[in-house]
Amino acid sequence: MPGGYAGKWLEVDLSKDKIEEVTYSDKILEQYFGGRGLAAKIAWDKVGDKWSEMDPLAPESPLMVYTGPMTAIYPGTRICVSGKSPVSMGTVGSTAATELANEMKSAGYDGVTFMGKADKPVYLLITDNSAELVDASHLWGLDGEKTLIKLNKEVTDELTKRKPNVGLWKDPGMIYIGPAGENLIRNAAVLAKICHAAGYGGYGSLMGSKNLKAVVAKGRGTLPVVDAPEATILLWKKTHEHLMARSAMRRQGTGYAGYAVGADTSSEPIRNWQEEWHDEKSFGGPMFETRFWVKKKWADFNCTTNCMKVSCIKTGPWKGDITDMPDYELQAYCGTNFGIFDPEANIHLSALADQLGHSGINGPNTAGFAVELHQRGILSDEDFGFKPKWGDVETFDKILRMMAYREGIGDVLAEGTYKAAFLIAKMKGKKPEELLKYAVHVKGIEVGAHGTRSDADYTHDISYAASVQGGDHTSVASDGYNDMSGAVFTDSAVFCNFTYYGVPQSLVFDFAKAITGFPMTLHGWRSVTGPRIVTLQKALLMMGGPGLKWEPIKDDDNPPRFYEPLPSGPYKGKTTDKAVVDQKLQAYFDTLGWDNRGIPTKETLKKLDLAFLEKSMAKLR
Amino acid sequence: MVKPIWISRDYDACSGCRRCELACSIHHEGWMWPEASRVRVFMPFPGLEVPHLCSQCQDYPCIESCKFDALSIDPDTDAVIVDREACTSCGLCITACPGTVPTLHPGDNKANICDLCGGEPKCVEVCVEAGYNALTIVHEEPNIHRKLYSRNPVDTARDLAVKMFGEKGLEVIE
Repeated sequence: MPGGYAGKWLEVDLSKDKIEEVTYSDKILEQYFGGRGLAAKIAWDKVGDKWSEMDPLAPESPLMVYTGPMTAIYPGTRICVSGKSPVSMGTVGSTAATELANEMKSAGYDGVTFMGKADKPVYLLITDNSAELVDASHLWGLDGEKTLIKLNKEVTDELTKRKPNVGLWKDPGMIYIGPAGENLIRNAAVLAKICHAAGYGGYGSLMGSKNLKAVVAKGRGTLPVVDAPEATILLWKKTHEHLMARSAMRRQGTGYAGYAVGADTSSEPIRNWQEEWHDEKSFGGPMFETRFWVKKKWADFNCTTNCMKVSCIKTGPWKGDITDMPDYELQAYCGTNFGIFDPEANIHLSALADQLGHSGINGPNTAGFAVELHQRGILSDEDFGFKPKWGDVETFDKILRMMAYREGIGDVLAEGTYKAAFLIAKMKGKKPEELLKYAVHVKGIEVGAHGTRSDADYTHDISYAASVQGGDHTSVASDGYNDMSGAVFTDSAVFCNFTYYGVPQSLVFDFAKAITGFPMTLHGWRSVTGPRIVTLQKALLMMGGPGLKWEPIKDDDNPPRFYEPLPSGPYKGKTTDKAVVDQKLQAYFDTLGWDNRGIPTKETLKKLDLAFLEKSMAKLR
Repeated sequence: MVKPIWISRDYDACSGCRRCELACSIHHEGWMWPEASRVRVFMPFPGLEVPHLCSQCQDYPCIESCKFDALSIDPDTDAVIVDREACTSCGLCITACPGTVPTLHPGDNKANICDLCGGEPKCVEVCVEAGYNALTIVHEEPNIHRKLYSRNPVDTARDLAVKMFGEKGLEVIE
């Protein structure tokens, strides 16, 4: 077994209550690495040519919870959740920061593949070289916070009971879903640590469809042995030196960006992206920090970036709401995108989204979309049961709850922005295009809080349009070469982007080599391994699912709103240049060896050892 | 090394990065092994991170409890030293400790207690280096407060919860 891997994965058949251990060949691991890459490959192996007919929420749809070979050893520990995405129909390597990852490794496992559907709610409990399904009926229906509190207590008690004489049992690591996941809100998140989430992809609903409330692990073993331990320890120290030098990031996290991304780069969603500029100083970092931050340096396992800060509201009607800063994305999506510029209201709505089990980007995007449909006269007061207003906390408090519990219009919005557009169009006797012009998604994935119109942010023309993960702001496309060693790498090695940027890439690849022993180079990853993973993801994405097939070129595009001129601010009048998008898209396809419609060619599939996709791709060409 | 030496802990300052666990296990075990670490960071609720390690009580109840002379005081540092040959894994030191700090090592099943790395604790090094200063070294004569830090980490977290979250803090740990 190459270094960095515990060496075994669990395969859990929830329908049959059966748990097995499996291993993968060195070749497969070198080719797909872990996390996002390996999950796409195993998903294909499980489903194969039936991909386009398989409902992602059907029992036969696999769900992956994987680490990677660098997880927990390289700074910034995360877990990768993947499978056929209920929103994009492709796969997303959706990651969350949680100690579940290092506990799973210490227990002797690299990941879990879930198949089938349990006949009643369960959670998986992983302990040293062992795993079992535990009844979770008493947890079903609980919000995120209560789920975590109860699980922490009952698992720690159980482990203590089993082995009382070894000293105190430390709390386990876990991921779980809230009501949104249970009620199959299509873009629901998988959550961890009350405010961390694997949000993109909608894997909360995939977990819900399997009656799987949580995955919990506690291990007492070592982190996996590595190929070159001395070099690894040296590189570990070196990497932390780079991270510790990032003083602004450590001091402020992304929590100062709620003001800066609007005022400076003019790329922050406001009222469902009708604007991207604001200069609301009320929404500045210090206004959050001074009044609400109760912990200024908060980190996950093996991280010194500590970009997280804990916020808590201690007075008033929202007393007791706890979340992180919120981080930039939720400042935007549970703040400015609702027309809200009040830190306290923003913290409340972020905490609410977390505890309901929404993805704090995706669910609120849909809520914003709904309120714009009301503004445009497409949805009425009666549809909501009240008069929705921009900037009104009550409005969005209600909509987020209605979505999570599928009440009233919430039942339709629960299908995610893209599908909801079609359903509402049908409801109102309108053409889908009349609504889709307000739907800010790419490939069914609502777009992260960084616009392309000002061109002043890190997101540009084809960042989302060309991405195999659509609107996912953590994994954007650029030129088909340099972007391959971004999130495609970190989500497969499975560690955090924020322990990656700021560290020389050559150092990271030396680290990868020292851990695994694979002959890894930056160029090798950018030209072979990365493209293999992305080409496989692209193939799965374009195969689509029942009732949802993306059209090449037409759907490889930005949402219509990103071509409207910015109405305000220093970049007023500026918009995304469609000609540049078209041109860069072709260059992107060309670099990756895809044809001019973005379908991988036979030669490319052969070159990347993906010939198993040829039959399906031939149909699409 | 300046004697005496004691590791002070400031719970509010702990980020929860657990690099102390990694540094400790790298030093003692040659590799990253969080559960073999002599310092372990408990987190009964996110944001409430409590580094848990030996407080070097003045009366050393763990040493008193040991029937096999497996525990002794390091004359240089005053740390508790475990004689792994003599230790029978009976666990008496764990129950004798007011904070239930010792563990049985997940590898050899022997009592596992902080030995102050012979006077240069690696956990403190990485914590200070990162600017957290949750674990720092003090060079003052032993005082009576030390033993009060030897406490169940979940109880410590319950107090921290109220300080940090106000009334809500009463509900976050079951």
